[in-house]
Amino acid sequence: MADRANARTGTGIAGSLAGAFAALLIALPALAQEAAPAAAAPAAPVQFFSSERLNILIPIVIFTLLILYFIQQAKQGKSLFIRNIPGLDAIEEAIGRCTEMGRPILYVPGIDDATNIQTIYSMIILNHVAKRVAQYDTPLIVPVGKAIVTPLAEEAVKSGYTAAGRPDAYNPNNIRFMSDEQFAFTAAVNGIMNREKPAANIYLGSFFAESLVLAETGIMTGAIQIAGTANIHQLPFFVVACDYALVGEEFYAATAYLSREPGLVGTLKATDVMKVVLMLTIIIGVLLEQFGFHGFTAWMQPK
Amino acid sequence: MRREVPIIITIFIGWVMVLDFFFPWISGTATHMRDWTLVLIAVSQMLGVANVARINLDKVSRGHKDAPYAVMLLVAMLTMIVLGVLMPKSATIGGFTWGGIEGGSLFDKIYNQMYVPMQGTMFSLLAFFIASAAYRAFKIRSPEATILAVTAVIIMIGQVPIGSLLWDGMPGLSAWIMNVPNLAAKRAILIGAALGAVATGMKVILGLERNYVGGE
Repeated sequence: MADRANARTGTGIAGSLAGAFAALLIALPALAQEAAPAAAAPAAPVQFFSSERLNILIPIVIFTLLILYFIQQAKQGKSLFIRNIPGLDAIEEAIGRCTEMGRPILYVPGIDDATNIQTIYSMIILNHVAKRVAQYDTPLIVPVGKAIVTPLAEEAVKSGYTAAGRPDAYNPNNIRFMSDEQFAFTAAVNGIMNREKPAANIYLGSFFAESLVLAETGIMTGAIQIAGTANIHQLPFFVVACDYALVGEEFYAATAYLSREPGLVGTLKATDVMKVVLMLTIIIGVLLEQFGFHGFTAWMQPK
Repeated sequence: MRREVPIIITIFIGWVMVLDFFFPWISGTATHMRDWTLVLIAVSQMLGVANVARINLDKVSRGHKDAPYAVMLLVAMLTMIVLGVLMPKSATIGGFTWGGIEGGSLFDKIYNQMYVPMQGTMFSLLAFFIASAAYRAFKIRSPEATILAVTAVIIMIGQVPIGSLLWDGMPGLSAWIMNVPNLAAKRAILIGAALGAVATGMKVILGLERNYVGGE
């Protein structure tokens, strides 16, 4: 509320422009009505742009330009090399194994909400997995740990089956909301592993303390296991307990790797180039520090 | 339209969130949108309850071999809903509070005296699983596994008093391994993962990645 009030009472050209932009951009009468009484109260002028965050804006702009450039390159047919990622190749192997053994495949999309980008990305991979699974008529079980993720998972699997031309094979009872509570969810998934004996367990998403409990139970049931998360504190557990682990950025490479769509492959290439830019920045920063110039490091500090 | 509308909403909200970080005058709108997220998540609990009820009622009606578990789950869920939501706080019989979720109520007793210990039990399994995972990880089968095992031994000994008794430099060596090579590797993974997350976010708000609302 206070911020909204500030936006409307900002003094000077910047404040006026900000208010006008906000009104045009949002155009939500309800917000305007709420903000009106607060506008009468005196408030400090609102900054139009957080110049202290320029150190973050510049890399984002560079990264966006790189993404757009490499997408253009990929669309023009330029061959962009992607290294082999065994964990992603293994998804196909895992589906084949389940089909041969006549047992289901278990896909756990983490325990975080849809507000986490890892969960959103896991849904995108789930859609790819569902397309593959549908072709082989293998049951795909998706236990969900957050209620809001349930419709997303249902839609991802359903559309995967439809895209594969097998909408009839989609079983809504296999997308199961378990519990919002971390260890109730873990117990429920362990129960599925022990009772339904999936031949492959795929863990892709945001995991916390339950990661090792799930992965070790999966070992005991004899399933082939593939895991991927950007939660760095859980990676060692997955590396130790799973047959394949997608480490950090490999997790986010999945859709580009599996689909080879030019737009997505271009993004992957841009990420690699951005890593080089960051490495050069780090080297420059280290050298400047060594020679007693501290301004660059101070400017790069997050504010 | 079934796919386009959610995609447009996502792109719009995504850009507002990005701009909010750099343009403070947008923060009011962004805060409102974050509040809407809370409302959406709260409403989505109904979807979760519906999903649980549908799947388990189906199991019971088909006489599935797991039907007894399904009955147990449905009874537990209904009990908690009735006690916590439907029964008034004033439902006190014989000095015992049957309704509400306050301390001392039946809902509170079931949660704290049944559910919390069960959750603790699940969590405690982690200790045993860490032991079995460590055994598997430290089995010396290759040069890499040997390096891992030796490093782990140094770290573990360096963390306990006997480490400094064996050699004065052990805690320092342990701290160096943690703070230099280990931290460098962790940061490298972290930078890669962060770039991946930003790239995914950019793909979504640029409209390149659309499969999160279902496939083509």
